[in-house]
Amino acid sequence: MKQDNMLAMILAGGRGSRLHELTSKVAKPAVSYGGKYRIIDFPLSNCANSGIDVVGVLTQYESVLLNSYVSAGRRWGLDAKDSGVYVLPPREKADAELNVYRGTADAISQNIDFIDSFAPDYLLILSGDHIYKMNYAKMLAYHKEHKADATIAVIPVPMKEASRFGIMNTHEDGRIYEFEEKPAEPKSNLASMGIYIFSWKTLRRLLLADIKNPDSHHDFGKDIIPVMLGEGKSLYAYQFKGYWKDVGTIDSLWEANMDLLRPNNELDLNDRTWKIYTEDVTALPQYISADAVVKNAFITQGCVVEGEVKNSVLFTGAKVGAGAKVIDSVLMPGAVVEEGAIVTRALVADDVQIGKQAVVGSADSEHIELVAKRVKGAE
Amino acid sequence: MYDAFGIVNSSARDVWVEGMQEYRPIGAFSFLGRYRVIDFPISNMSNSNIDRIMVYVNNKPRSLVEHVGTGRHYNINSKSGRLHLLFSENRGRNDVYNTDISSYLENMEYVRRQHNPYVVIAPDYMVYTIDYSSLIETHVESGADITMLYHAVDNAKESYLSCKVLNLNKQKGVLSIEPNHGNAKNRNIFMDTYVMKTELFVDLVYKARELSSMFTLADMVNESCGELDVRGVAHRGFFASITDFKSYYDANMSLIDYKSAQNLFHEDWPIYTRTNDSCPTHYYDTAEVRNSIISNGCMIEGTIENSIIGRGCVIKKGAVIRNSIVLGGCVIGENVHVENHVVDKQAKIIRAKEVVAAPGNPGYVKRSDTL
Repeated sequence: MKQDNMLAMILAGGRGSRLHELTSKVAKPAVSYGGKYRIIDFPLSNCANSGIDVVGVLTQYESVLLNSYVSAGRRWGLDAKDSGVYVLPPREKADAELNVYRGTADAISQNIDFIDSFAPDYLLILSGDHIYKMNYAKMLAYHKEHKADATIAVIPVPMKEASRFGIMNTHEDGRIYEFEEKPAEPKSNLASMGIYIFSWKTLRRLLLADIKNPDSHHDFGKDIIPVMLGEGKSLYAYQFKGYWKDVGTIDSLWEANMDLLRPNNELDLNDRTWKIYTEDVTALPQYISADAVVKNAFITQGCVVEGEVKNSVLFTGAKVGAGAKVIDSVLMPGAVVEEGAIVTRALVADDVQIGKQAVVGSADSEHIELVAKRVKGAE
Repeated sequence: MYDAFGIVNSSARDVWVEGMQEYRPIGAFSFLGRYRVIDFPISNMSNSNIDRIMVYVNNKPRSLVEHVGTGRHYNINSKSGRLHLLFSENRGRNDVYNTDISSYLENMEYVRRQHNPYVVIAPDYMVYTIDYSSLIETHVESGADITMLYHAVDNAKESYLSCKVLNLNKQKGVLSIEPNHGNAKNRNIFMDTYVMKTELFVDLVYKARELSSMFTLADMVNESCGELDVRGVAHRGFFASITDFKSYYDANMSLIDYKSAQNLFHEDWPIYTRTNDSCPTHYYDTAEVRNSIISNGCMIEGTIENSIIGRGCVIKKGAVIRNSIVLGGCVIGENVHVENHVVDKQAKIIRAKEVVAAPGNPGYVKRSDTL
């Protein structure tokens, strides 16, 4: 824990039910994004790049794949002598019953013993399902500079959308005086990103009190932050600038992928000073055949393109057969579009096959079509 | 299953790949954009359950050492397995004493410490896939002392000129090993791959040194053909020997077609390599890419035909690349035309607008060069 004795905990238990079939077998943080990544690669790579060595990942919903995925800490370089990624599902303890994590704060409370074993000065709380690049070391410096008890990362959102977010109302100097969850009439446009740095001693005391409170939701936003404000603790907002996306729906997951097609997009996955690390898949390089047409596309290794790909993102091992067209679409890992099939404004889920000559999605649909089951083609 | 350790050997002093070998041994050459040549022998061994592997390095070790590292990415058990990089020291590359035998002798103490009864020796400059465990089985069942792998070709007059050929009798017994003089079309090209007992290997190495300081293992086996039972086993599937500049270019080019690549790559036979953590490749609106192999991390605005592009290349608007191999990290500037070339790593072609060589005689742009 060389980064000023700060331990990171990633909340990765969320189901993400609005992603429908994509999260029927895996938790939202394990959903694929950007051709070769999973969403949780972003907070984990951010930790690794920020010099944080110990990361706990709190898992709950459909956690088998996620657990095995994150436990291989070497993918993010988190496998040195004093570092590691620890998978923390709810567990039975000698002095407490086995309970699911009842809220974000409860997930931390149930792991106080784990955190104590590292005796950190600071605790960084992250969400496992956001796409962004951020240097947490800078946020910690800000936290220390303001001698804060808690620092919350915020991002300015358009004022007319502010009522969809948890909004931080701050003084000129960034000190938070009020937190409003989805306010009808927002006073500010600074939305909480669900990224917190706490001074561990302070948080530990609050969590112990929170466990005993029968009226609490055991949630950081709803319970812990208001209590801290009530006690007059010093909470500061840390303004983040850059790309940040919470992909809650099929439309927004599709959109986040499409964002990568914009030249000079803010996320800039090609930035060699802040690489996003992921699983090392054994795959061939990309094969683009003699008759292929590839325009405005983001394609990764293992893909074979024999047809036409326009304005689309192809994930590891996706295949597009001869004469097939993939337009304004996302093909998740292993998706296959057979000869002559046409895919428009669709998100084809992992390993799904679109049969020969089949047609899915349409150019003028309001929503993106999620194709989660095999589509039969012409015989 | 028989227990064997592996030796991955580097090229002999009579092999020289113009240009590229100035910078690294052939094993560290980029292949098909994302691989290095040495990924093939090491993956073959790893997939064949050989997890004690010695890799011999005899010059310019940096890029090979960096790529092979601990061998973890080759799926070798990190405790019971071991990938060992062994260096032969004290001699210049062109020194007549620079033979595989002297490298083995220098590391003999380590070789003798291996408990595995069999050894598989394979070159780091040839590309093929094979299951060594079934090759060892064939070897043991045949009762041969030495098994040598060969590939029957019908173009030995113009290709494989730095390779050796096996002269076989009807029962596939090896009569002799000789250089390919290019005087016959049909030849059995020796794939510089052997299976034998570890004990015999050690004996041959010592004996070779007694007979001549210039002897290679192949010379020694040739000398022993009379007394020992030496047999050839034919290899099928894709085979390339990277032993001169033209063969490097041709081997890459011949795999651009996805269907021919199926003769080398098989579902159940992964070829491992070291990840570079580059992001997917971005094809822009103006990109025209056909019949090509592209690696990750590229930004493509120009035209690419019948070519192989390495990781992290930038191909600017109006650039046209045809029948070429562009290694990792290159920049091909606006309206630059590259044809029939190998562009080595990190080169930038900006001001030279026509970098074109004749078909069949590919040109070469040096590493980190700016044109």
